[in-house]
Amino acid sequence: MSDTKAAGMTRRELFEQRQKRRSIVIAGTSTLLVLLAVVILVPLTPGWEKVQKSFFNGAVLTKTFPKLIDAFQLNVLIFIWSAPLIAILGLLVALARDAKSPAMFPLRILGAAFTDVFRGVPVILTVYLIGFGIPGLGLPRPWNSPYIWGSVALILTYSAYVAEIFRAGIDSVHPSQRSAALSLGLSERQIMWDVILPQAVRNVVPSQMNMLIALQKDVSLLSFIGPVEIFRQAGVFKSLLANFTPYVGAAIIFLIITVPATRYADYLLARQSKERS
Amino acid sequence: MAKLELRNVVKRFGDVTVCNGVNLDVEEGQMICLIGSSGAGKSTLLRCINLLEHTEDGEIFLDGEDISIPGLDPQAARKKIGMVFQNFNLFPHMTAFENAMLAPMRVYKRSRLDLEKDIRLLFSRFGLSDRMENYPDQLSGGQQQRVAIIRALAMQPEVMLFDEITSALDPQLVGEVLDVLLQLKNQGMTMVLATHEIKFARHAADKICFLKDGKIIEEGPPDQIFGSPKRTATKKFLARALK
Repeated sequence: MSDTKAAGMTRRELFEQRQKRRSIVIAGTSTLLVLLAVVILVPLTPGWEKVQKSFFNGAVLTKTFPKLIDAFQLNVLIFIWSAPLIAILGLLVALARDAKSPAMFPLRILGAAFTDVFRGVPVILTVYLIGFGIPGLGLPRPWNSPYIWGSVALILTYSAYVAEIFRAGIDSVHPSQRSAALSLGLSERQIMWDVILPQAVRNVVPSQMNMLIALQKDVSLLSFIGPVEIFRQAGVFKSLLANFTPYVGAAIIFLIITVPATRYADYLLARQSKERS
Repeated sequence: MAKLELRNVVKRFGDVTVCNGVNLDVEEGQMICLIGSSGAGKSTLLRCINLLEHTEDGEIFLDGEDISIPGLDPQAARKKIGMVFQNFNLFPHMTAFENAMLAPMRVYKRSRLDLEKDIRLLFSRFGLSDRMENYPDQLSGGQQQRVAIIRALAMQPEVMLFDEITSALDPQLVGEVLDVLLQLKNQGMTMVLATHEIKFARHAADKICFLKDGKIIEEGPPDQIFGSPKRTATKKFLARALK
């Protein structure tokens, strides 16, 4: 049966079928070997038993996991109010940096300084300085909240990166689009809003997705200035139970969110590069 | 008075002089064809007329008014001068219909409803009614170029510039675009074309201008240019182009 089928195939198809089978066998074997090595060799290490007890403790995991998920809601909340503000501020900074009229010169300088400063300082430092510094001014409630100022720190830092991505997107739109729009009598502002930006934003969606994923993780940095989000909650459990498993639990929760998001961003990117070729 | 007048137009890119003192009169309703080898300055000249490039020297008059004065707002002149490009340059994120609607809506602040009627009419005039809702990448090259012409016409320009608009097309799609040009000519549109379609230029143009090294070195009615060219450069070019 398979012989008659094979007889109906071209040389090329036969060759490709053989190649495909070969690669599947090789990939399968090598994956199996690596897995075996890990499963056999890691437990042979002298400290394995201790590590297993303090990092992969099933009892601790089941006990703390629901509370970790509760704490994670705070991460999601901070993320949800920060992300749109980052998008808006990032776009404004990008536009300010590309402004051409001389009256906009101060804005252009400000935009450049903004991106230089907030891309140049580690996020955790910005979180510390703004998160501790501004409430230190003795503002009345709720304006002394670390939630607000921690979020502000994240928004400022991420806007700087997002602005640079938007600028790259604006540059990626071919100058012939501008020529065409100019020849129709559109003004610079109309060209930016109606012709350049819609294309630029579309071009940078995958890159901005990656920024969102990074932001989701960096929300945890706010734990250093107070808010009890998932990382802090895991720390509390660690001290309470003298066990590191809650950190592993927190990592699992992050991965549940970030892995699909990363896959999706990669998919968008692949689709885009396919469209361009 | 000519509709469009070029006096000693000079355009340089750095040390390279692309237009080296071009003089040209375009009468109302005329179709002028600029011919010449690649790099002779045809495209740059058209871009200068539409003020997409600023000129180093010389004047460009539209209805007797100098539109090339440095510092003058170019938008006023561009509203009256439409341009179509070699690679269509349609806005890829908009449908054909939206491409044509954008400029008149924004520049003339016309109401959508009132404008829609005119734009639909344009599409049906050029046989593209059933393609209005398509995005540019869903259209053939010929259709895209016709949409680009419609988009320029939507601004109701008084002069149209065409920059080698059939050069990026498959040979079998060239005809439909050239037909549109004839249609426009019959309606009395004033047009300047940079073109490599020598045969089309011969039977459709009112005047042929042969450019070499940034200058119009010979001009006249098609019969004269093609029948008895005076300059050797023109003869050589035509011999090669008509082969």
